[in-house]
Amino acid sequence: MLKDYSFDQTAVQTFDDHVALALKTEDLQVYYGNNHAMHDANLAFPKNQITALIGASGSGKSTYLRSLNRMNDTIATVTGKIWYHGVDINQPDVNIYEIRRHIGMVFQRPNPFAKSIRENIIYALRATGIKDKKVLNQRVEQSLKGAALWDEVKDTLDKSALALSGGQQQRLCIARSIAMEPDVLLLDEPCSALDPISTVKVEETLLELQKKYTIIIVTHNMQQAARISSQCAFFHLGHVMEYAPTATMFSTPKIQVTQDYVSGSFG
Amino acid sequence: MNAKRKDLLATIIIDVIVATVVGILVFLLAYILISGLPHVSWSFLTGSADSFSGAGGIGVQLFNSFYLLILTMLISIPISLGAGIYLAEYAKDNWRTRLIRSAIEVLSSLPSVVVGLFGFLLFVVKFKIGFSVISGAIALTFFNLPLLTRNIEESLSAVSRSQREAGLSLGLSKWKTEIGIILPVALPGIVTGVVLSAGRVFGEAAALIYTAGQSAPVTNFADWNPMDAASPLNPLRPAETLAVHIWKVNTEGLASNAAQLSAAASAVLIIAVLLFNLFARVLGNYLYRRVTASK
Ligand SMILES: Nc1ncnc2c1ncn2[C@@H]1O[C@H](COP(=O)(O)OP(=O)(O)OP(=O)(O)O)[C@@H](O)[C@H]1O
Ligand SMILES: [Mg+2]
Repeated sequence: MLKDYSFDQTAVQTFDDHVALALKTEDLQVYYGNNHAMHDANLAFPKNQITALIGASGSGKSTYLRSLNRMNDTIATVTGKIWYHGVDINQPDVNIYEIRRHIGMVFQRPNPFAKSIRENIIYALRATGIKDKKVLNQRVEQSLKGAALWDEVKDTLDKSALALSGGQQQRLCIARSIAMEPDVLLLDEPCSALDPISTVKVEETLLELQKKYTIIIVTHNMQQAARISSQCAFFHLGHVMEYAPTATMFSTPKIQVTQDYVSGSFG
Repeated sequence: MNAKRKDLLATIIIDVIVATVVGILVFLLAYILISGLPHVSWSFLTGSADSFSGAGGIGVQLFNSFYLLILTMLISIPISLGAGIYLAEYAKDNWRTRLIRSAIEVLSSLPSVVVGLFGFLLFVVKFKIGFSVISGAIALTFFNLPLLTRNIEESLSAVSRSQREAGLSLGLSKWKTEIGIILPVALPGIVTGVVLSAGRVFGEAAALIYTAGQSAPVTNFADWNPMDAASPLNPLRPAETLAVHIWKVNTEGLASNAAQLSAAASAVLIIAVLLFNLFARVLGNYLYRRVTASK
């Protein structure tokens, strides 16, 4: 049985004006039909940092994350504001395809296209109008290097991506996302289908990538959150309960439910 | 009876059923081929039949069957592709979509004679097109569309949701995702369905008797201008197909060797349909490897 924690007491940090923010949500609500799955999420994400979203299963982490690049458009009603470069991108007239090029996403299960490794990366690039072979090849190399996959696949770029291992496929999915040169990278439990060695590789990749990108990652693994993230938000039953620098969150959580969750005595 | 024995018994029963089905199939094929093939010769395959007695070769009929098939596919593939993509991807689950689905189901269960008579009344009589390749092709399209649409919709729906999400999350439009990512994965299934339906169309007789007609005017195979009346490509000429020819020779053929003629023609038809099936497999596998770059 879950203990009844009050949703009135939350501890959500805000940032001073001089902190550059990549993305910020204001009173974000998500409804699946009548199911109010996300309440009043007010989170700001500092640029070039990794923010981890943690919480129990069903607490709304994916729901929140998928709202950020409007992937929930067809399955849920999302209200509230999502600020990105001074524009509220949660508006009906915003070009969602454009948004998704700036805010990339990597999913829980590796989902490479049933195409060659090279095609996986350049298919969407070509759709944006880049036709120059040289530029495309450059992007393939850059992004694969960025995802720490280049050395393993540089000789088999024209082989099927489906022949890669799960960990390699996931890094290919990361490469595919960063090839679009997004600002923000959203990752939904990218390591949950991976073995420990692949997980370490992906984590190293992310730590490297934060120099260029703002990363928001959902994870079930608290050690992972501790290892790679600077900020950490704790979700509980559709509410953001606490948001703080990761070190603070794990050493001195401000509210009871977070304390119970990070200490493992949850529920 | 313990689980192991039950399992064994069930396996035996299933094996017997499968063996029966395969046995019947093999028997039928062997019977048709053995009684027909000895009468198949090059002159039979290329010669033309006497329009009155039905005696002679099946060259024109064979050509007609292929021509009709190609025309039918040219009309029905684009339509069913559009319909299949719409149903799999764009249609909302509401009463309109359900109505469309039931309509497709009804259409697919129409007896082909009815489709033929409908085509006869509408195209041949009402629109005054006459017995012609094009009337036949349109009638066959009616009969082909529901199955193809179904097949395409199912092949597309079978592709994992995560592939769609991957495409959309890269900023690809729904259309681009569907055409560039989902369709290639579904293509082998679609191609298999198309070629199998080609086999069905190839063997169809009832719907064609009243639409493409039962006569095969001798055509001039040196004239490939579709506008010329004598050209084999003229879509407005009547065109008896192989299947219709078999039916005709059997029911009203006056040739002394009618039985042998129809047996030979049946063997040719069966071989063609078998080749379609084989081709469907090979092409499906080939395309899959091509588009997915696997080996
Ligand atoms: N597509 C959907 N349709 C309807 N309800 C949904 C859908 N996706 C999620 N939900 C509901 O929203 C709530 C939050 O789910 P969500 O998937 O965001 O949780 P999560 O924190 O990501 O969990 P997990 O750690 O298991 O991935 C749950 O109650 C779930 O039932
Ligand atoms: Mg989730």
